[in-house]
Amino acid sequence: MIYNIPYIAVVALILIGLYAVIFKRNLIKIVIGITLIESGVNLFLITLAFREDSIAPIYRGSGSRIMDMSLPVPHALTLTSIVIGVAVLALMLSLIIHLYKHYNTLDASKIGREEE
Amino acid sequence: MNIIDDLILHSPALIVAIPLLGAFLTPLVSRINDKLRNIFVIFIVLFTSAIVLLLANDIYSLGGKIHTYVFGGSAAVTQGGFAIRILFEVDGLNIFMALIATILAIAGVIYSWSFMKENTGLDKYYTLYLLIIAGMFGMILTGDMFNFFVFLEITSIASCALIAFWTNKGKAIDAGFKYIVISSIGALFILFAIAILYGQYNALNMAVLADKIQFSFLDKIALAVLITGLAMKAGIVPMHMWLPDAYGRAPSSVTLILVGATQASLYGALRMIFTVYGGSLSNTLNQIGDVNIDLNLLLGIFIVALALVTIFIGVLMALKENNFKRMIAFAAVAEIGYMILAIGAALTTVFSATDTGTGVMALKGGLFHILNDALDVGLLFLVAGAIYYATKETSLNRLGGLARNMKYTTIFFLIGLLAVSGMPPMNGFASKLIIYESTYQVNPILSIIAILCSILLLAVFVKVFHSAFLGPKQSRFDEVKEVPKSMLLAMGIIACIIIFIGLFPNLVIDNIVQPAVNAITNNSNYISNVIGGI
Repeated sequence: MIYNIPYIAVVALILIGLYAVIFKRNLIKIVIGITLIESGVNLFLITLAFREDSIAPIYRGSGSRIMDMSLPVPHALTLTSIVIGVAVLALMLSLIIHLYKHYNTLDASKIGREEE
Repeated sequence: MNIIDDLILHSPALIVAIPLLGAFLTPLVSRINDKLRNIFVIFIVLFTSAIVLLLANDIYSLGGKIHTYVFGGSAAVTQGGFAIRILFEVDGLNIFMALIATILAIAGVIYSWSFMKENTGLDKYYTLYLLIIAGMFGMILTGDMFNFFVFLEITSIASCALIAFWTNKGKAIDAGFKYIVISSIGALFILFAIAILYGQYNALNMAVLADKIQFSFLDKIALAVLITGLAMKAGIVPMHMWLPDAYGRAPSSVTLILVGATQASLYGALRMIFTVYGGSLSNTLNQIGDVNIDLNLLLGIFIVALALVTIFIGVLMALKENNFKRMIAFAAVAEIGYMILAIGAALTTVFSATDTGTGVMALKGGLFHILNDALDVGLLFLVAGAIYYATKETSLNRLGGLARNMKYTTIFFLIGLLAVSGMPPMNGFASKLIIYESTYQVNPILSIIAILCSILLLAVFVKVFHSAFLGPKQSRFDEVKEVPKSMLLAMGIIACIIIFIGLFPNLVIDNIVQPAVNAITNNSNYISNVIGGI
């Protein structure tokens, strides 16, 4: 059971995030939702990195138990994914600033409705 | 070894690296001179295209050749059997998509020269433009799942910034925001699916995954999540609502490259379904209640249903739309429907032993239509951009009588109109005919709906042609002149290719489309190319 808690957290994070994106009208809340989904996926990747009876992949000379180490690929993936996430977050927030300047509101249902 | 061989050997890496390097050099070159920067960007794109052509020549010279390029090593799999190296794997399908991307990139940068001339911030514009091109090529050429995700994100971040390039227009920013929301959620779905696959097989490499895949319950979830994510990016109904906004509000030169980026996602779906899952789709039974149904049949029917809805909604929305570019964007949604209709039809038949060529024919039609759609829709978007450039009008209600002032643009629009609605002798006819034929063999109703919607599409564009180009002379447009030469050149390049493919479809099918179809249907070749090297 204790091993499954991270997976439950992953599913919960992703579902909460999707709920926020689909049902919330405030742009900032939509962005928060996306960030939640991203955290869920990152947590999933990190959780996958651990295999039963494995040790942290820290190489300490000839005495290291190399074959017992968990493969550090998911950590690398998570780092990349976090960096990408920050870029997306920054871009979204800057777009929101521009949208707010144009429409003076953060309500998604009032944005982009004007006649041309 | 001479330099050409070296170039071909390293070409997959260079095709991505050169636009990437060019992107970050552009602001520097821009400090010197604006004209120099434009020439520099066009040079970068042309150089990349030359390498794509060299690689294409190498792939096509030997039937079924796969060019594998491993970063930082010679073999794809390291000692101890870890398939963790990043590799690019180029077969008939990859190079087919790369050729499409090449045409769009060349036309796009040439068109940008005049179209964007009056804007400020062009150094950033060109940087992002080259980044989209690099990301697109990366998505197309990569053989690694996570790498695919990274390039997908590069493409979507850069395209989002370009969709919202005209920040003085609220709707453009709105479109950019919609696009980044949908595409980042889609990309996260894809990453989630990749994580599921990695958790089971300890591999990120597409070929190794395809070899190891067991088709467990988790794999089916991963497939569903992957297809959902890629469908979001490809603009398939019901996840299409970003597409008309993004296509319609972005500058036309950006829309052209967005068409390519969307199709790169479609390529991703093809690669995942047919190569990664291909080996085990046909012999996996799926139990629904008491009935056992082949998974490929289930997936195929599902995709065909999505395709029909996509075509319908695209065409119907195009009928009632008044904004020129948004209308073309809805037509583009319908065209995507045609491609996935063919792919879905192929899925239902291509794996079965009793198939008499229907599946292969449907695939041929679908892939050929990817090429044709990119050209047709691209040309229409460029024409819409030209009209906007000349008149500053986007609404069809306020346009009229433009054929008098802009005769070349009118001819290009006529070519695009006939091509997109599948009229002979344009290229759209060639591919749509194959799609009709093959879907007729799967189920006649499919082809009837497809033909009907094609006719509706013709009706839509004839209406546009009438309201924008024909009709009485309007005094407001007296000053309107033909657009500058660079825009005409870009439209001319695409129009020439459209007519060429329309006149000699067999030449293109035999030489370019057939290798791509072979690459899709023969996934064991793809696998053995990587696994065999251990």
